[in-house]
Amino acid sequence: MMKLVRWIPGTIVLLGLIALIIVLPFRSVFFQENPVHLGFVGRVVYILILSSLMVLFRVLRGPTAADRIVAIDIFGILIVGLCAVLSIASGRSWYIDIGIAWGLQSFIGSLALSKYLEGRSFDD
Amino acid sequence: MIDIIGMIFIGVGLSFDVLGCLGLVRLPDVYNRLQAATKCVTLGTCSILFGTFLVSGGFTETGFKALIAIVFLILTSPVAAHAVARGAHRAGIRLWDGSVADSYAEDKEGEA
Repeated sequence: MMKLVRWIPGTIVLLGLIALIIVLPFRSVFFQENPVHLGFVGRVVYILILSSLMVLFRVLRGPTAADRIVAIDIFGILIVGLCAVLSIASGRSWYIDIGIAWGLQSFIGSLALSKYLEGRSFDD
Repeated sequence: MIDIIGMIFIGVGLSFDVLGCLGLVRLPDVYNRLQAATKCVTLGTCSILFGTFLVSGGFTETGFKALIAIVFLILTSPVAAHAVARGAHRAGIRLWDGSVADSYAEDKEGEA
């Protein structure tokens, strides 16, 4: 019963935010000279920002260090998708280059942090 | 027409992303969170990149870079997840109380 009471407000808030994002019209201050699929891309960016906020909640609240490492890794993968969507909106292809570089940095970073977590030095 | 198919791919990937992040917030354990979030978010982002490939019109500059990013993500993301899980288990982070099996610990006892 207590679990149901805790579940219902969270579900209502999350679904309400997503419905609000889908229904509301999107007005952009960026990319005004080349507006390709602008409303669709704006809503996609809002939903990606919402899921990034959930990931950052886990970074702040995570009980152990491994939780934080996992959350940072997931955050890097979300940024790759964000850069791909922005490259549709602006029509410039170098946004995906930013995504690939960010993914590479995130991969190397999580490998190094997991090795540090394991308790060995970086030479092994 | 091909734009609409690409937008459908982007929407499916977006729903995978949101559900994976919800799993990252709600599940009780490091290993459960890793299991939910890594697979969902990797496949969702690959679907978003494939939708970008379709919307940008096939093998243009943007589409080709999107395909390269798909290959890169599929190669690197499971490696990072495996390394984090192994490091967490070796660092002694306990499993959730409701877990039923821990095969890696049994294997380590067999070796020693």
